[in-house]
Amino acid sequence: MEDKLEILRLLEENGRMDVPTIAKMVDKSEEDVQAIINKLEKEKIILSYAAVVDWSKVNDREGVTAMIDVKVTPQRGVGFDEVAERIYRFPEVKALYLVSGAYDLSVVIDGNTMSEIASFVSEKLSALDSVISTTTHFRLKTYKHDGVVFDDEDDDDKRIVVSP
Amino acid sequence: MTISSIKQTERLSQAVQKIRPSGIRRFFDMASTMEDVISLGVGEPDFVTPWNVREASIASMERGFTAYTANPGVIELREEIASYLDKQFSTLYNPESEIIVTVGASEAIDIAIRATVNPGEEVIVIEPGFVAYAPIVSLAGGVPVPIGTKKENEFKITKEELEAAITPNTKAVMLSFPNNPTGAVMAKEDLLPIAEVIEKHNLLVLSDEIYAELSYDNKHYSFANLPAMRDRTILISGFSKAFAMTGWRIGFVCAPQDIAQAMLKIHQYTMMCASSLAQYGALEALQNGREQVERMVTSYRQRRNFIVKAFSEIGLPCHLPGGAFYAFPSIEQTGMSSETFAEALLKEEKVAVVPGDVFGEGGENHIRCSYATSMDSLQTAIERIGRFLKKHR
Ligand SMILES: Cc1ncc(COP(=O)(O)O)c(C=O)c1O
Repeated sequence: MEDKLEILRLLEENGRMDVPTIAKMVDKSEEDVQAIINKLEKEKIILSYAAVVDWSKVNDREGVTAMIDVKVTPQRGVGFDEVAERIYRFPEVKALYLVSGAYDLSVVIDGNTMSEIASFVSEKLSALDSVISTTTHFRLKTYKHDGVVFDDEDDDDKRIVVSP
Repeated sequence: MTISSIKQTERLSQAVQKIRPSGIRRFFDMASTMEDVISLGVGEPDFVTPWNVREASIASMERGFTAYTANPGVIELREEIASYLDKQFSTLYNPESEIIVTVGASEAIDIAIRATVNPGEEVIVIEPGFVAYAPIVSLAGGVPVPIGTKKENEFKITKEELEAAITPNTKAVMLSFPNNPTGAVMAKEDLLPIAEVIEKHNLLVLSDEIYAELSYDNKHYSFANLPAMRDRTILISGFSKAFAMTGWRIGFVCAPQDIAQAMLKIHQYTMMCASSLAQYGALEALQNGREQVERMVTSYRQRRNFIVKAFSEIGLPCHLPGGAFYAFPSIEQTGMSSETFAEALLKEEKVAVVPGDVFGEGGENHIRCSYATSMDSLQTAIERIGRFLKKHR
């Protein structure tokens, strides 16, 4: 169990860390580590390995991201799951959370332009029967994403090269 | 007579002329002129101080806590130190009279020695060890007596080695475990026989336990907890290593009241008090820093495991260091002195390590490699050292 957690934390921080390196770090054989990772993947505890990208630095590829607060009427028997599925199936939906508080679903949408997102909201999202209302927030700047600070000054090593 | 006409030997004190500049300095000068150096030569954490600590210090300034504090440090901090030591290491000190907040463990070492050592008295210093001990003893007029620990003993000090170094002039023993540069640790069973010798010869112990938190296999055992040792021990520690606060210059020293009050006299005349900003940062570190410390310790442990195994894969024998963040592999097989090795490695492969001999007796034939650096750097350093070893086989 401890090993599993340790490996998960290492991979969550650096999805590209290879098995021989992990094996040394957690003091286990490469075979054991590989077996644990295989199992985590099979159980869908590890779902995918991805890079955190700062798209604002890629010319013409910045795009637009919006967080949309959605109020819905839950349906008998299935609660929020059915409407959630109807929303997350859209490929432009990047993330979807059921949340407590003033609204029910938090939808994160990626699009090329603001009008693209606006039409998604009016034509796709609001058109769903159980959707009562939506509030759209456009993202203006990313400071931190998935635990990674963009442009982090702390990343520069400020130590002197040799010290006691 | 103008100043310049005084001969240099006359204008400097004899004490300062006797001490040599640290061998580390020379390597720093060499490495800092080169580009793209991967440094395993750094004796400090690679983490930046946790944000909550930085934030607390900024807030203390905003709220106007910019005045001198009480000489031994703000009482809230001393109380936190007392409960921290109790909780983590089961050592008990009275925050009112037995704890002094210092300008790093460095100042603590200095005032501990100056408060206890008379001119001509000997202080046994365990080597390889931190470079400051012997010079500080000399500056205080004492005589440092080094004992070299051995690889065969996992760089622990034995009762016999200690006995052999004791003379009628011996006043104190400077212990430092987990050790910089060897990473050696001493468990309670290892320390018990040492305590017997201390008792028998009526000595003091200056125990530098600044790396206590960075113990990877077993919980650290404080020398002050051994039977009858609390009254003979000056416990030195600080925030630099475990809390990643080297630049803040803050540490502490604990001792029985008579010694603490004597140290406080020196501290009050030389420092007045430790920096107030650093004190408020340290307070936050103790109150809310546990999770961060554990996160950092886990990361060091993983990197220690990595570097020791990687060294053995490239044919560099290295004992498993139980603490601190240094690996101390033997380079004996290359036939080079540690200084030649380190210099050639720097020039040929741009990897900076510290030659073991700068840490005193028993350090020769070894190099100190700090693994407090990113995994990427460690991996590249291993590749380069591997290539270097092949070339010089
Ligand atoms: C064993 C040991 N003691 C003391 C110190 C000094 O610590 P501080 O930064 O608290 O003065 C160091 C720093 O490298 C060390 O390695």
